Amino acid sequence: MADPALRGGRTGWWRPYRAVLASRVRAQTSYRGSFALDLASSVLIGLVELAEIWVLYRSVDALGGLDLAAVLLVFGIADTAFSTADLFVGHVDTLPRYLRAGTLDVFYLRPQPLLAQLVTSEISVRRVTRIGVGLTALVVGLAVNDIAWSPLVVAFLVVVLVASTLTFAGLFVAAAGVQFFLVDASEMTNAVVYGGRYAATQPASVWGKPLVALFGFAVPIAFTAYLPVVALLGLPGAEWLPSWLGWLAPLAAVWTWAVALLAWRTGVRHYQGGGG
Amino acid sequence: MTTASSASGTTAIEVAGLTRRFRVRSRGFARKEVTAVDGLTLTVGAGESVGYIGANGAGKSTTIKMLAGILVPSAGTVRTCGLEPVRQRRELARRLGVVFGQRSQLWWDLPLAESYRILAAVHSLSPQRERERTAELVERLELGEFLATPVRQLSLGQRMRGEVAAALLHSPALLVLDEPTIGLDVLSKQRLREFLLAERAAHGTTLLLTTHDMGDVSRLCERVLLVDRGRLAYDGSLAGLSKTVGARRVLVVDLAAPAPDLLGVPHAEHLGSEGGGLRQRLAFDDAATTAAAVLSAVSERVEVRDLSVEEPDVEDVVRRIYAAGGR
Repeated sequence: MADPALRGGRTGWWRPYRAVLASRVRAQTSYRGSFALDLASSVLIGLVELAEIWVLYRSVDALGGLDLAAVLLVFGIADTAFSTADLFVGHVDTLPRYLRAGTLDVFYLRPQPLLAQLVTSEISVRRVTRIGVGLTALVVGLAVNDIAWSPLVVAFLVVVLVASTLTFAGLFVAAAGVQFFLVDASEMTNAVVYGGRYAATQPASVWGKPLVALFGFAVPIAFTAYLPVVALLGLPGAEWLPSWLGWLAPLAAVWTWAVALLAWRTGVRHYQGGGG
Repeated sequence: MTTASSASGTTAIEVAGLTRRFRVRSRGFARKEVTAVDGLTLTVGAGESVGYIGANGAGKSTTIKMLAGILVPSAGTVRTCGLEPVRQRRELARRLGVVFGQRSQLWWDLPLAESYRILAAVHSLSPQRERERTAELVERLELGEFLATPVRQLSLGQRMRGEVAAALLHSPALLVLDEPTIGLDVLSKQRLREFLLAERAAHGTTLLLTTHDMGDVSRLCERVLLVDRGRLAYDGSLAGLSKTVGARRVLVVDLAAPAPDLLGVPHAEHLGSEGGGLRQRLAFDDAATTAAAVLSAVSERVEVRDLSVEEPDVEDVVRRIYAAGGR
């Protein structure tokens, strides 16, 4: 047994997580050539999606009550938040691989919570350029829109960005929890997670009723970017999604995480076979 | 930790009526229930060295998963190092080390040295403790030569030594090894066994190992638990097991010239000859004689060119124990 006096020392609660993450970053950046390619391809995907919006608005002036400037802001917020969540949490969708190989069992042998270990087991550094694309769209969007700047607006934007990032992160975790039951269901959960990301960059006012039910409330994607932008710019918004809902972005994050943690907990119980 | 070590001071494992059932899909949507572990009751004292053997699918891995808190028992109780594995998993992780023969807990793209730095952080070892323990394990397991090589480039034997060091870095009171020598060559097996003996002598570590290799059991374990279809079929010494089932080792000799069957060698039974008597097989009981004694008796009669010793197979032992029991 270890001498208890010799334990401790550097016992910050974050030390285990930091040690893993630091080594992952080093491992990913050590092959400079392929890392540079990863960064470049990440930027390219972001640009293609941005171009898609631009092409669309070449033929229409406004869509669902949003003009190009407003939609740029929606895209900027949604893409920045999603890419940030993807950077920190996106790799939890590798859970089915861990389940098949049995490597999740290794996490049980370490004195940290399983979910915390899984989240910090990897970090997708290549996503930083993708965040760069989102941030650029966001900054341009803020510049070209007519915004009455005030400390409240700045605070609103910060809160929205944090809440949206958390909402997307919660989506990833909820999807991982579901994987415990349906080991080969990543196609389905990807449809919700990545479909949600795509839907987040659109004006929600063009959605049909089923989409509103799914991405408006069940999976609160409308709260990540569209509703906050409508509230910020003082636009009328859609009739079933009044613009004041934009202030409830943090509530959407809380709701997503409540569902995510429940899904995770139920999933782990199922894995351990403790009834569930 | 003082209270913790006194709690785990006497028993490492305490299991009563432990049962685990799985529901498996049999045909289409029909499900049937399979009992992997069936009313297992046993106690392993601190500092013991126990071989947990049984055929494939006998319930060994399921038991280990319940000991580590990975699986919830369907019935019965389990205490590992004085703790409830599922409820106190994180506390247990500080006192338990597990080596899964088939699952790595190393980072495949990192060198061992870095994996150990991370694991030291994971277990909150102090810098001093980390240095001392890593140095000790590197020296005893002879990891120095490939400490800076990424794990994916290591040979199986090197990687397995690396895995054992990883499981022992936090100085667990109980080390569980699931098929630690599977696929290893003779020399690697020998080294690993010697290390485990030394580690146990130095730190009083409790060992529980599952294996198909009776050599592991005879060299490492004072006690054998034989599990069959989820039930405990034997609990006692290896000598006792050999006596019960006559688990014998086999000496295979290649002779310089064909010779008649080597009958009448003391404590050895001639099993058969090949090549007109060029290769002969003699079974002997470890409790009654040694390989050296059999060999010297043989050498008095014929010229031996080459030899090997075959260990009894666990599957064979299991078969014999049921044959002896009249099943």
